[in-house]
Amino acid sequence: MHELSIAQSVLHTVEAEATRHPGAKPTKVGLRIGELSAIDPDALQFSFEALTHETELEGLQLEIEVCPRRHRCLDCGTEFNIRDFDFRCTGCQSTRNECISGDQIEIAYLDLEEHEPSTA
Amino acid sequence: MNRVPLEKKVLSENDRIAAELRKRFHEKGLLCLNLISSPGSGKTALLEKTLEALPKSERVAVLTGDIQTENDAARLRRFGFPVKQITTGGTCHLDARMIERHLADWRLDEIDLLIFENVGNLVCPSSYDLGEAAKVVLLSVTEGEDKPLKYPSIFFKSELLVITKTDLLPYVPFDIDKAEENARRVHPGMEIIRTSSTKGTGLNDWLGWLERGKSTATARAGTLP
Repeated sequence: MHELSIAQSVLHTVEAEATRHPGAKPTKVGLRIGELSAIDPDALQFSFEALTHETELEGLQLEIEVCPRRHRCLDCGTEFNIRDFDFRCTGCQSTRNECISGDQIEIAYLDLEEHEPSTA
Repeated sequence: MNRVPLEKKVLSENDRIAAELRKRFHEKGLLCLNLISSPGSGKTALLEKTLEALPKSERVAVLTGDIQTENDAARLRRFGFPVKQITTGGTCHLDARMIERHLADWRLDEIDLLIFENVGNLVCPSSYDLGEAAKVVLLSVTEGEDKPLKYPSIFFKSELLVITKTDLLPYVPFDIDKAEENARRVHPGMEIIRTSSTKGTGLNDWLGWLERGKSTATARAGTLP
């Protein structure tokens, strides 16, 4: 259960980025989570809501893109997703390959909404 | 609406410290291992047998992580090697900053083999790089042989699987060949050693593996990681 510290770390980044855009309100943050990363998206979503509850960031949306485990064939160079632990290259059937993606925990983007000037 | 691309690793701070640690270990030519398993799989027992078997001239040191208590460090200190307990106070894994802090007063050039015993947990420790040369995962025969399929991340990221408590095989419905097959399904070509810390079975295979790792680390000392 380290999703809480991951959520905390994401919020630190959001806060730091927000200070660089005065007057703008963060509305959504996008994460990429690899399926090998040992992160549970539901637990992360829950932690995120708990940490933003009754704070300035309340309502900030979290969008999680789960990234498949991707390997590259060392014989023919084909890149393919691993499904059900099948390591055979989809191009040449070789089993010699390396993992190139699938354990990332990355912040992809932050959406900011400019405040409308007050017309009162 | 304005979308700002960030492209930032969430654990970039951990990864930065881990990379510094790895560089230091590499320069000194020491072998650093990160032992990971479920609670109760026998990490501490394997380390006890290891420290007991090593000559007193061996330059080995252990950092052992737990949520609470100094019990594991007390068990391991009996053999006369430097051992330090990291109590995480609730955190379910060791991270690179904890390692950096606890290594601060140890002289790395006086260590050839540095072992981290992670907090018992098959999930969270797999996300945190500690600067180790290799992760070693333990699986005891009292667990399920499908664990590699249930927790693929740690079995894929570990260089070696140590199957422990094999002396209990006659009493449990654990299919050890199936367990090895499952591990190699997740991690083709994975090295596997069968051990019993109680009976001493497989201990020589494990010590041999450590010895080979140490030689490689020494040979690489000072080169680029």
